[in-house]
Amino acid sequence: MTRLDPHPGELIDRSTELTFTFDGKPVGAFAGDTIGSALYASGRRTFSRSFKYHRPRGLQCCSGHCANCQMTVDGQPNVRVCVTPVREGAVVIGQNYRGSLDRDLMRVTDKLGGPFTPPGFYYKTFIRPRKLWPLYEKVLRGVAGLGKLDPNGARGGRVEVVHEHAEVVVIGGGESGLEAAIAAAARGDRVIVVDEGPAVGGALLADREGHARAAELRQRADEAGVEVLAPAIAIGLFEEGFVPVAHGDTLVKIRASRVVVAAGAMEQPLVFPGNDLVGVMLADGVRRLVNLWSIKPAERAFVVAADDRGLGAAADLEAAGIDVVGVLDLRQGQPPNIEARGRRSRVEAFAVNGQVTHCDLVVMSGSPQPNYKLLAQAGARVVYDESRGVFVPTDLPPNVEAVGAAAGDVGEPAVPSPVLGHQGDKCFVCFCEDQTTKDLKYAIAEGFDSIELSKRYTTVTMGPCQGRLCHVNSIRVYAKTTGLDENTIGTTTARPPHTPVTLGLLAGRPQEPVKRTSLHHRHEELGGTMMWTGAWKRPHSYGPDPGAEAKHVHDAVGLIDVSTLGKLLLTGPEAGAFLDRVYPNRFSDLKVGRIRYGVLTGDAGRIMDDGTVARLGDETFYVTTTSTGADAVYQWFTWWNAVWFMDVRFVQLTGGVSAINVAGPKARELMARVSADDFSNEGIAYLDARHVRVAGVPCLALRIGFVGELGYELHFPSPHAEHVWDTLLEQGADLGAAPFGLEPQRILRLEKGHVIVSQDTDSESNLLEAAMPWIVKNDKEFEWVGKWATQQVADRGLRWMLVGFESPSGVVPVEGAQVVVRGVSSGRVTSVRHSDALGKVIGLAIVPSELAAEGARFLVQVDGRAVAMRVHLGPFFDPAGERLKA
Amino acid sequence: MSLLVTCPNCGPREVQELRCAGESTRRPQSTPTQRELNDYLYVRDNEWGVHREWWFCRVCEEWFLAERHTYTNEVSRTWHPEPA
Repeated sequence: MTRLDPHPGELIDRSTELTFTFDGKPVGAFAGDTIGSALYASGRRTFSRSFKYHRPRGLQCCSGHCANCQMTVDGQPNVRVCVTPVREGAVVIGQNYRGSLDRDLMRVTDKLGGPFTPPGFYYKTFIRPRKLWPLYEKVLRGVAGLGKLDPNGARGGRVEVVHEHAEVVVIGGGESGLEAAIAAAARGDRVIVVDEGPAVGGALLADREGHARAAELRQRADEAGVEVLAPAIAIGLFEEGFVPVAHGDTLVKIRASRVVVAAGAMEQPLVFPGNDLVGVMLADGVRRLVNLWSIKPAERAFVVAADDRGLGAAADLEAAGIDVVGVLDLRQGQPPNIEARGRRSRVEAFAVNGQVTHCDLVVMSGSPQPNYKLLAQAGARVVYDESRGVFVPTDLPPNVEAVGAAAGDVGEPAVPSPVLGHQGDKCFVCFCEDQTTKDLKYAIAEGFDSIELSKRYTTVTMGPCQGRLCHVNSIRVYAKTTGLDENTIGTTTARPPHTPVTLGLLAGRPQEPVKRTSLHHRHEELGGTMMWTGAWKRPHSYGPDPGAEAKHVHDAVGLIDVSTLGKLLLTGPEAGAFLDRVYPNRFSDLKVGRIRYGVLTGDAGRIMDDGTVARLGDETFYVTTTSTGADAVYQWFTWWNAVWFMDVRFVQLTGGVSAINVAGPKARELMARVSADDFSNEGIAYLDARHVRVAGVPCLALRIGFVGELGYELHFPSPHAEHVWDTLLEQGADLGAAPFGLEPQRILRLEKGHVIVSQDTDSESNLLEAAMPWIVKNDKEFEWVGKWATQQVADRGLRWMLVGFESPSGVVPVEGAQVVVRGVSSGRVTSVRHSDALGKVIGLAIVPSELAAEGARFLVQVDGRAVAMRVHLGPFFDPAGERLKA
Repeated sequence: MSLLVTCPNCGPREVQELRCAGESTRRPQSTPTQRELNDYLYVRDNEWGVHREWWFCRVCEEWFLAERHTYTNEVSRTWHPEPA
């Protein structure tokens, strides 16, 4: 390793050595190194290949701004290694090359370059012949993009989301940011400082003499109780002090009363031929290498600067023993021709008006720009200060302040002029996207004369640096070419995210909140295979044969946990009238103790949900919804009543009430064993609701028949669920009482032709075409929700119909299979199952309405061939409902 | 959106704790024509400026109305609806 002698400001701990691999070879590092500094110290100079021309690129900014050091680290592409701390054992590889980072076959694009790759080349060239597009696409996809993601690879590290609330958040932990934070903390405010560097201190750290001041500030901030997030990047600044921060694998969402932006300055490159050669670096980039990581970056350095930090770099380099062979201060006049010359893409000389000085490092420093990106994204205006050549933020959003360099305090730099109309090497404006001065002039000549249009056409500022190093220079090139001034040209819109961020971080921690019923562990003990249904986990079945499980319900008695049903209690003098308004049918005339089926639609007439409504008293109704509809229906009801103000109250009972459906020909016998109440047809007839006691537990028994057998749906307080369930199974053991799961239930309801909303209906389904015209009661005084749209369906005539069908051939189409009429897709199969009880394949399908006739035949696409199905209207099983009413 | 909205019951809340149900609409009083029904169901002003919107608070489970500026997201007023 080539390190300088230890000096007080360095970040490295020379007593702790770490090792990682680069392209398979071990690289040594010290604690405190970044991957970038360690690679540089090991002698590596080429860090990446440029986007289009595959030119070798080396470290430039050493502060995470430019894209020159993007590598793939532990499988994650496009990591800026200059700011990524070394982790022991990290696996680092280069990217965007064919061959190796040092010998990239794609470099040929640079040599052929010029005539073939002006802006718009792709749009103009690969559009014809149209036929060849698939081939073009294949090739272009191969060369597009940076880095590779393994599509089969495991998801990257786990990410977390943390919420923080503070009085003040300070973005940028440099001198002015820390001073602001200390002042705010002294007032007793909770203050969080967000800094993208390896340690707070900002520009002080790059300065060889700044470390003492940085240490002092750090200590004062510490004593004042300032909290620091570093290395961390604010990825946006939003209304009401919302600042999301990428902090390693954690997304910290900060909500602050005040936001102080102290993001410092963005160093700017100069625009001259060869300005991207390996060995051309920004002033503070070089200073970081020397002062933070004690690396000797070169033997002979040439400095070209428009401000003091270039001179500061010259001083630091000399102090570190590097030969500074020339300094060109642009404030003392700008020579028309400056140029970096290289061999094999490494800089070897700097030429001023043809006068050549040999060197192996060129330090450039354009006029530094206030780092206004975050402020601009948050809505601030950015104006051009002509005398200094800097863009300064004004009109800040409420409760946002800017301090220090970010507010415009960047000294008195010269306004460097881009070199135009030159000979020699390429002259880059945008390093990320490989756009040169020539490209920008070409775009202007083609008529893209607004900076926003040019941005889209040339993609300048759209690369990974997000304009940090190219925005201002592209405006300068524009100004010089068009003769307009910078304020007229304006800046392009700044949008979040302010810095590249992984999708995983935005997606947050993978959360699958699961709802379990009170009987969840019973299902597991009984061997139930649990499956997702919405947010709920429910038993699919309890054994290998759901068909047999369904058949058992027909033969004996089965129990199914239906606690997931939504359950609402409506009370009040106008509860019945309210239900008349939101349902197509009538409930105000429902007798106490009776149940009616209900379907909900919106005013668009589309089916939303269904369930049963039981009247428990004159002013009390018990409403069940589908398992996934509980919240939506509650919100739906309460929303309408926020408009109507009817005298009715709504109580959400879903979580507190469990429910078990006891169904089968032996259900009554079982109930007689566990209850003293009368479960005969006289005591509780089909569609009756009764308060009963089961196993000593007060229950609401609803006699309904979703599964087509004599059945009692018992609703009771959840804490008793295991007791009721266990008692039913124990007392019914000799009757064959057995649990059945969701899949057998689906078979059983299909035998009855009962619809599952959102399985057999979709967002287009209406009451008439879902074959429920009987539910529509238009003689109500109020215009019920959905009435008009339903009437319009009736007026236009029915196009579709949900029908039952049998598969005479026994072929089972998949759910979703296309119904085909005269070779055209015309509807689909919504449900299909084999019924053991019926010995045939049955299903539901949406078909053209003219096919909705008993015995009509239609074709369904199954594995590429058309298979005939036969329409059956009404239930397949027990059509007269004798078993239900037994 | 990342704004704070003040629930009349629960105070300022993160937008994720609420549900925005969109511009408030006026339901036709009597049978609408097809065009009137479509306007009511599907056509929204969505203009630059202050909108009256329905919001549902998932914390207290109540609906309220809000005036929000569609560009700045500034919520100037929230209130529970009153009977007409």
